[in-house]
Amino acid sequence: MTPLERYESLVDDVAAFRAACDRPLPAVVRVNTIKTTVDRARDALDSEGIAHEPTDWHPGVLRLPEDSPGRNWPHAHGWIHGQEEVSNLPALVLDPDPGDRVWDACAAPGSKTTQLAALMDDRGLLVGNDNNLGRLSALRHNAERLGVTNIAVTNRDARNFSLKPLGEGSDRPTAVDAFDHALVDAPCSCEGTIRKNPDAFDTWSLDHVRSVAGVQKGILRRAVQATRPGGTVVYSTCTFAPEENEAVLDHVLDAEDCRLVDIDAPLEGVPGVTEWAGERFDPSVAKALRIYPHHNDTGGFFCAKLEVGA
Amino acid sequence: MTDNDGQRFDRLPATAAEREVAGRASRAEVIDWWVDRFGLDADTFDGYTFWEKGAGKIWIFAADLPSPVDCEGVGMTFLRTRQEHWKPTTNAVQRFGGAATRNVIELDPDEARRFLAGEDLTPAWDGDWGYLLVAHRIAGEREPIGVGLYVHDELRSVVPKGRRASLPTRE
Ligand SMILES: C[S@@+](CC[C@H](N)C(=O)[O-])C[C@H]1O[C@@H](n2cnc3c(N)ncnc32)[C@H](O)[C@@H]1O
Repeated sequence: MTPLERYESLVDDVAAFRAACDRPLPAVVRVNTIKTTVDRARDALDSEGIAHEPTDWHPGVLRLPEDSPGRNWPHAHGWIHGQEEVSNLPALVLDPDPGDRVWDACAAPGSKTTQLAALMDDRGLLVGNDNNLGRLSALRHNAERLGVTNIAVTNRDARNFSLKPLGEGSDRPTAVDAFDHALVDAPCSCEGTIRKNPDAFDTWSLDHVRSVAGVQKGILRRAVQATRPGGTVVYSTCTFAPEENEAVLDHVLDAEDCRLVDIDAPLEGVPGVTEWAGERFDPSVAKALRIYPHHNDTGGFFCAKLEVGA
Repeated sequence: MTDNDGQRFDRLPATAAEREVAGRASRAEVIDWWVDRFGLDADTFDGYTFWEKGAGKIWIFAADLPSPVDCEGVGMTFLRTRQEHWKPTTNAVQRFGGAATRNVIELDPDEARRFLAGEDLTPAWDGDWGYLLVAHRIAGEREPIGVGLYVHDELRSVVPKGRRASLPTRE
């Protein structure tokens, strides 16, 4: 049994699901509005003869049917960034404002971090954290190329991330006692990336799913704790396994002071599942969004939004 | 005066009078250098904080944190000091150099491609020697590509390896 067969009972259209998982993904770039405008980036792509079309749900997310996103002037200027279409969703769902204080708990290599910075107009404070130092250097490189100046990069285990270095508890005006928003784009079994990485299933095992779910719970709990009452936390993965998605939400709803809120999603998807492998979850996990590859011709994805202390 | 600890990020003193670490540039000196060198508006860097890590590497940060801060990075690398000629970074020139009015050399399309690939060039230039902002025209406007060192009638590309690219020639 391949991991995908595990989820056929959950999927609305199994044939379309299988067919989409077998197709490669189109190249997609996000326009980096820290350094340019969507119009100017598209002009520059036009004048280099690089075919592109905006996705039907976001004018700054462009499909490049023929080209790879890397070898062109708009890329050299940091105007565009190769980023899978569906991976543009969580930062938009988090929807930070300029001036906010935002924690990206699992940030490397920084596609969503740099998108958050752009949504914040490169103002406020964005803390990009990852426990993998090698991957952090890719994050730093991307943030620099895209012109991000509001980021502080940290190298900690997000499960016990400390706000002390940010001035917590001091009377400095800039001290951070809690974040306004947090993004947990969690490490996962990556089943939904099968279109991009055909070997994504080679290392798959139920034991791995269970152990990574433990890490996810720890990180999401810490994110809720580090966010102020009324603030929001977005949880996302690129996997289908309910153990890593709804079960993680169910655990954190129980353990921390937070609740799930509706997502106003511009992409098609289906509600989170409330039952799996004989387990029942808190009914509000249905507010989460499951995106299968055939819904929008993207990778697979999971996204949920939590409000803290309400 | 104490010695510079290159392992951590320290906020720059506001002015030279408040300097406590030997050889450390002040915020005012760093801003003056950029504003003078490239003819930028004096308020371009209002609200940013500036940090040193390593020997003379200056970072620009849109927020503020208690100094010293234990981080892998704050904002972006901005300027190399503690050497005779201060050197702006490619990424900072791209981010903040759009409005430059001085020490800007504009390359033609073929030169621009070769500059991005890391080649040294001999373009016409009758201005000062030293670090120049190298730009070209794209999508109807001038846009900075990076930093070049102009000496002995030669423009040396100092685009770092990780930012170089060999772009295909397009019709
Ligand atoms: C899905 S990736 C993040 C992708 C990133 N958000 C982006 O958009 O480019 C998950 C990341 O979590 C990191 N990670 C795994 N365990 C962690 C932990 N305990 N604390 C912090 N980061 C962790 C991994 O190193 C990996 O970079």
